[in-house]
Amino acid sequence: MTSETRHSPYVPNTDADRDQIIKCLGVSSTDELFGDIPKQHYLPNLKLNEPLSELEITKELQRLSMLNYTPDTMPCFLGGGAYRHFIPSIVKHVISRGEFATAYTPYQPEVSQGTLQTIYEFQSLVCQLFEMDIANSGMYDGATAIAEAALMACRITNKDRIAVLNTLSPVYVSVIRTYVEPQGLKIYSVDPSDIKLDQETACILVQHPNFYGYLEDLKNIAKVAHENDALLVTSTDPIFLGMFNAPGKYGADIAVAEGQPLGVPLSYGGPYVGLFTCKSDFVRQMPGRIVGKTTDTKQREGYVLTLQTREQHIRRERATSNICTSEALIGTAVVAYIGSMGRVGIKHVAEMTYHKAHYASSMISKIPGYSLPFGGTFFKEFVVRCPISPAKLNSYLLENGLIGGIDVSDRVENGLLIAVTEMNTKEEIDRLVYLMAEHPARGNNLL
Amino acid sequence: MYPNDRKYSKEHEWAKQDINESLLIGITDYAQEHLGDIVYLDLPNVGSMLSKMQKLGEIESVKSVSDIFSPVSGEVIEINNIALDSPELVNSDPHNNGWLVRIIVSNASEFDELLTADEYQSFLDSLGS
Amino acid sequence: MNIEYNERRSLAERSFKGKIGTTLPRLDVPVQDMPDAEDIRTDLFLPEVSEGEVVRYMTLLSQMNFSIDTNYYPLGSCTMKYNPKVNEEMASLPGFANIHPRQPKSTVQGALELAYNLQAILAEIVGMSGCSLSTMAGAQGELAGMLMIRAYHVSRGDHKRKFVLIPDSAHGTNPASAAMCGYEVVTIPSDTAGNMDINALRTACNEETVGLMLTLPNTLGLFDTNILEICKLVHDCGGLVYGDGANMNAMLGRTKLGDLGFDVMHFNLHKTFSTPHGGGGPGSGPVCARDILVPFLPSPVISRNTDEESDSYELYEPDTSIGKTSAFHGNFGMLVRAYTYINLLGASGLLEVSENAVLNANYVLANLKDHYSLPYDRVCMHEVVFSAKMQKQQGVSALDIAKRLIDYGIHPPTMYFPLIVEEALMIEPTETESKETIDNFIQVMQAIAQEVLDDPSLLKNAPYATPNTRLDEAKAARNPDLRWHLSS
Repeated sequence: MTSETRHSPYVPNTDADRDQIIKCLGVSSTDELFGDIPKQHYLPNLKLNEPLSELEITKELQRLSMLNYTPDTMPCFLGGGAYRHFIPSIVKHVISRGEFATAYTPYQPEVSQGTLQTIYEFQSLVCQLFEMDIANSGMYDGATAIAEAALMACRITNKDRIAVLNTLSPVYVSVIRTYVEPQGLKIYSVDPSDIKLDQETACILVQHPNFYGYLEDLKNIAKVAHENDALLVTSTDPIFLGMFNAPGKYGADIAVAEGQPLGVPLSYGGPYVGLFTCKSDFVRQMPGRIVGKTTDTKQREGYVLTLQTREQHIRRERATSNICTSEALIGTAVVAYIGSMGRVGIKHVAEMTYHKAHYASSMISKIPGYSLPFGGTFFKEFVVRCPISPAKLNSYLLENGLIGGIDVSDRVENGLLIAVTEMNTKEEIDRLVYLMAEHPARGNNLL
Repeated sequence: MYPNDRKYSKEHEWAKQDINESLLIGITDYAQEHLGDIVYLDLPNVGSMLSKMQKLGEIESVKSVSDIFSPVSGEVIEINNIALDSPELVNSDPHNNGWLVRIIVSNASEFDELLTADEYQSFLDSLGS
Repeated sequence: MNIEYNERRSLAERSFKGKIGTTLPRLDVPVQDMPDAEDIRTDLFLPEVSEGEVVRYMTLLSQMNFSIDTNYYPLGSCTMKYNPKVNEEMASLPGFANIHPRQPKSTVQGALELAYNLQAILAEIVGMSGCSLSTMAGAQGELAGMLMIRAYHVSRGDHKRKFVLIPDSAHGTNPASAAMCGYEVVTIPSDTAGNMDINALRTACNEETVGLMLTLPNTLGLFDTNILEICKLVHDCGGLVYGDGANMNAMLGRTKLGDLGFDVMHFNLHKTFSTPHGGGGPGSGPVCARDILVPFLPSPVISRNTDEESDSYELYEPDTSIGKTSAFHGNFGMLVRAYTYINLLGASGLLEVSENAVLNANYVLANLKDHYSLPYDRVCMHEVVFSAKMQKQQGVSALDIAKRLIDYGIHPPTMYFPLIVEEALMIEPTETESKETIDNFIQVMQAIAQEVLDDPSLLKNAPYATPNTRLDEAKAARNPDLRWHLSS
C-alpha cells in the first residue's frame, strides 16, 4: 500500500517518513510486517466507501440529522427513563475542553488530578443528593446500575433471590434479567399492595417514583425488606430529589439512578451515566471505580483511584464486576450541571416540573372520557386512561405535530404515560390537552 | 532470622503455640515484604471451621489480592481486630502484633508437619531471594 | 499578610448561601396543590456557587490533566489516538443530540439509518454477518458476546459446557466477563514466542469447553501465528471463539476476524474509531457475530424494510436475543462519532491506519531494544512490550521509568501488563503521531535508560513538575475519604 496517495488527515507520517521507517526496519515493504497473518486471509476485499472529506461527511450527517424530529421543534411528552431538562451552556463548554474529553482513565494520578478531583466532586454531589454514605464514579446507565446493584446485594447477603416491585420500568427489568439470570440468580415479581419476601431474598428493587410516575411507600418497603434481612435497592429520578425526600432518608441500602436528567443531552439513549450509591459498610462489594482523597510526598492533598482490588484488572474472575468504564465525561457534565444549578436551581427545576406536570394532569383529567387511574402522589409522570387506544391517540397527536406519551396499555387498560418537565411550555401543554379533547375517533369510542 | 518459637508453611504463614492450646496464625516477614503496603484484611468469622490448606482469608495491598491458607485444621476462636483496623500492623510487625487468627487445632500432627525456622529459611533460599 | 487561598478547594468550600449559578423562567402555569408535607425535602444541601466561579474552578481542574489534545500517550492496549474535532461537531447536531430514545420510528429515521449503516460497516470490517450497537463499552460487549455463546449452547440443549479458555496474557475483563456468565476460567499459558501454547490449548479443549476468549493481536502486540489451528481446535471440541477487539487498530483492512474463524467479537469504538476516552468513558462496544450467533445478538438491532412504497428503518429484537444490555439503544452519541470517522477514512484510510500503527510500533521496537529488554524479539503489530528488568537491577522499576516520562511531558506507557512479562512496559505509539513525536519519545526513553545508570534516585522521586508528586495510595485505601460533606 506504500505507493498509494495518503487518505487520512489524522495520519501525519509523510511518504518520506514512511520510507525512512521502512529503511530503518530493514524490510522491503509494510506488507512484510504483516507476515504473521495467514496469506490466504491477508488484504481481504473491504466493501466500504471511498474516503469523504470533512465537508462531505458534515453534509451527509446534517442530512441524516435533519431527518429526525427533535423535541425542540415538535413538542414531546415522552419520559420513561430519559427526560428533557434544561441544560445550562456551561455544561457543554466544560465537557468540550479537550483536557477533559481526550484524557485517559486516571490510572496515573500525577497527570490526572483534573479528572480525579472532578470525580471526587461527582461522588460528593451524588451522595449529597441521595443522602447516602458513598458513591462510585458512575456506571453505564440507570438500567445497568440497578442490575449491578442486584448482583451486589446477592454478594453481600449471600442469597440468590431478587424481588422486583412490579412497578419497575420494564426495560430495566429486561436489563436486570440479562445480568442476573446467567449467574443462576432468580427474579420474582412483587406487587406494592402486598409485599411479602421470603428468607432467601437478597434484595427488593424499587423504582421511586415508579415507572408510572408515582411514589412508592418506601418507608414500609424498607421495613419489610430489613425484617427479612434483605437489602432495599432504589432507583430514583435525580431531579425528583430536588423536591422530595431522598432514598437515604428511608434507609435504602443501595440507591441508584439514571443520571441523564442532570445536564446530559437525550442523544437517543446514550451516552448517559448510572449513579450508584450505598451504605459505607458495603464499599468493598461496590462495582466500578472509586476516587479517594490522600496526600502526596510533599503532604499536599491529591486524589487517586482507590479500593482497586475490587476491580477486574486486579481480581479478574473474582472481581465485583467486569466494568472498566465510569462514563467519566458524563460525570463531568453532572458536576458542571449540579455545580451551576446549585441548591436553589435544582429545587427550582423540580418545583417547575412538578407544577407543570400537575397542571397537565388536572387539565387532561377534566376532558370527558379521560381519567387518572392511579391515586397517590406523582412527580413529573402520570398515567392517563384514554377513551381510545393510546396507539391511535399517539398517531393522531403525531399527525398534528406533537409527540405524545408512552403506550402502557399492555399493563394499564388504554393507559398512556405522560411526562412533563420544565421544558414543556404552557402553550405545549394546552396544545396537548386540546388535541386529546378533539380526537375525532373519541366520540365513536365513547358510544 | 526467623524465630524458632513457631513453625512455618510453604505458603508463607507461621503458626505459634499459645495459651490454652491455641495456635496463633500470621504471615511471615517474607510475605509482607512481597505484598507491599497492606491495606485490608478479610478474615473468617469466629467459630469458622477450617481444614488444612483451606482459604482462611484475603490480604489486600494497593494493587494485589492474595489468599491466605490455613496451615492447620481447626476452629477459629479469635481474630485480630486491631490488625483489621490497622492492617499496616501486618507490615510493621508480622510475627507478633500483626498476627491474624487464633485457632484451636483439631489435628496436632498437622502442626508437627510444618517447617522449622531453619527449614523455612532454606526454602526461601531455594526460591532465590 | 497570610492569606489562606487554596485554589483547589472544592465546590463545598466555594459555596456561600445566596449565590446562584443560573436562572430559570417564571412558572407559566398556575401553582398546583403541593404534596404531603412529610414527602417534601427540607434538607437539600448542595453547593451555591456562581457560574463564573464554577467555570474557573473546572477550567483549573482541566489544566491538571494530561490529554490527547495536550500530550503524547504511548499507552499500550489503550490506543490513545487523536480524536478528530469533527466527530464532536457531528454528535452535537441537534437532530442527534436532542432526540428522545422513545420517539416513534418515523421521527428518528436519520438516526436509525446512521446506526443501520454503522452495523453494516462494522460487520464488513470483521467479515461477520450481524452486528448490534447496544452495548455501551468494550467490557459489556464482551459480556454480551459470551452470553451469546452461552445462549447458543443452551439452545442446542448442550448444558454441560462450563469452562472458558483464556490465555494468560488476557485483559482482566475477559475472566471477569466469563465469571459474570456463570462460567469458570481455565488459563492457557503462552509459549516462548509469545503465541498461545498450542499444546496446552489442545489438552484443555474438551466437551465441557464453552469457548475461547482471544485478543488478536494479543496483548504482547503479537499476531498469533497459529490462529487458524487455534480456532479449529476450539471448534472441533464444540466450543466457539470470542474475539476481544481491543487491538483492532492493527487489523483494519489487513484481515477479517470472521475469515480467521472467530464467531463473535466486540469493537472498542473509543480505541479503534477515535471516539474520545473522556477520562474513563463513555465508550461503546458494538458486537459483531457470525451467522450462527446472529439470532442471539443483544436487543435492539436495526433493520431496514424496503418495499415498493417505502424504505424505512426500525428497531427490533432478534428472536432468541440474550436481551437488553442498556435501557435504550446503546451509546448513540459515540456511534455518530465513529460513523463520522470511518466515513472520513474509507477503506483506503483504514489501511493507512493499520499500516502506520504497525510501522510506528516496529520503529519504536527497533530503536529501544538495545536499551530495554525485549522479551519477544519478533515483528510486532500495533504495540510492543518491553521489560524493565535490566533497570530493575539498578533498583529502578517500570513504575519509576513511567513516572519519569511525565517530566518529559509524555504519558506513561501501560505498566505491569500483560502479567506474564516482568516489569512490563507496553508501548503503543498509534498512527496519529508524527515521526517527530515518536523520535522524541525514543530519545526520551533512551535518555531515561541512561539516567537509570547515572542517577537512579532521580527516577525514584519522579515526577517533579506535576500538581502532585507521588500520592499515598496505601493511605487512600486504608482510610477511604471518598467525598466531602455539606450539611447546611
